[in-house]
Amino acid sequence: MSEVEALRHTRSPALDPYKLGHGAGGGRHDYATGHGEGGPASKRVIVGYGFWLFLLSDIVLFSCLFAAHAVLQTATAGGPTGPQLFDPRSVALETACLLTSSFTCGLSAVAAGARNRLWTEVFLFATGVFGLSFLLLEAHDFAGMVARGASPQTSAFWSSFFAVVGCHGCHVTAGLLWLGTMMAQVFFKGFRPSIMRRLVCFNLFWHMLDIIWVALFTIVYLIGEGR
Amino acid sequence: MTDEQHVDDEGNLGDVAPGFMDAADHSIREGIQGYLMGFVLAALLTVASFLMLHTNLIWSPGIAVALVVLAIAQIGVHLVFFLHLTTAPDNTNNVLALAFGILIVVLIIGGSIWIMNHLDERMMPMDQMTQTDR
Repeated sequence: MSEVEALRHTRSPALDPYKLGHGAGGGRHDYATGHGEGGPASKRVIVGYGFWLFLLSDIVLFSCLFAAHAVLQTATAGGPTGPQLFDPRSVALETACLLTSSFTCGLSAVAAGARNRLWTEVFLFATGVFGLSFLLLEAHDFAGMVARGASPQTSAFWSSFFAVVGCHGCHVTAGLLWLGTMMAQVFFKGFRPSIMRRLVCFNLFWHMLDIIWVALFTIVYLIGEGR
Repeated sequence: MTDEQHVDDEGNLGDVAPGFMDAADHSIREGIQGYLMGFVLAALLTVASFLMLHTNLIWSPGIAVALVVLAIAQIGVHLVFFLHLTTAPDNTNNVLALAFGILIVVLIIGGSIWIMNHLDERMMPMDQMTQTDR
């Protein structure tokens, strides 16, 4: 057998289900799920993939708000501008909260993978605490801006600001409610396959919120500050 | 079956979806290491972004570009270390969906800024516009 032939036989269909690598499988049965003779993909893969598609559509929604905000950067209508009211220290603190919560959320996924109920709950709770601190800081920021004369009605700039940052805040709020539900479900139901699937989806959602926040503090706060 | 193959909870092998953390694939230590590395990298990039505001190292009109580059790098870190998106063939579906998402996002944001800036430049200044109304 030539070396190429040997390589082809060691390449597992699971690692290369679409045969993007070399060799067409050489007439072997394709027993990877989701294609060929492998039967339908497992529910877990379908759920995770479907949720990934939803998250991408959510990112597209946010991109529209970002586009509106970028276009309306200078439309302050004589009212206060962003850099006058932004507090970079508060934004940095919010960023730290959200990034740390993303990290503890990942650790909860590791704990759930190891089927350790106590540490899963501990890390989910830490995620919730950091997420809640983020929300409170943001609410405090918003209250300060409104008090200093920048409400959504002030100008197109502030309308778009509150739309994009508020939409992210709403997502975090929804995520926190979901987090509480997941903690209760892990506590009472344990690591059933259905709960594991929900945990994967929740993890994806929470990490996606952090990705949106990276774009948000860059476009809205940091680039806005530079103008 | 080699130990490299992805086997899920139900004993199937095949594609993976994003965010998968299987005890079968990773030891606890490897899992924590992965998230820790992602956390450290993301934190460094975040700190770099916030320091941009006060730096004199970069020509000031270039700061916005530097910020965008840092943000894209950090989003990449998040995708790889937190969402476990890889370029492996079993991730093809996930990456293709992501690529389509990025296409739409670039079209929406880039297109809006481009078109609206041109409209802005070609628009008559406000004071002249009110004069012609009279």
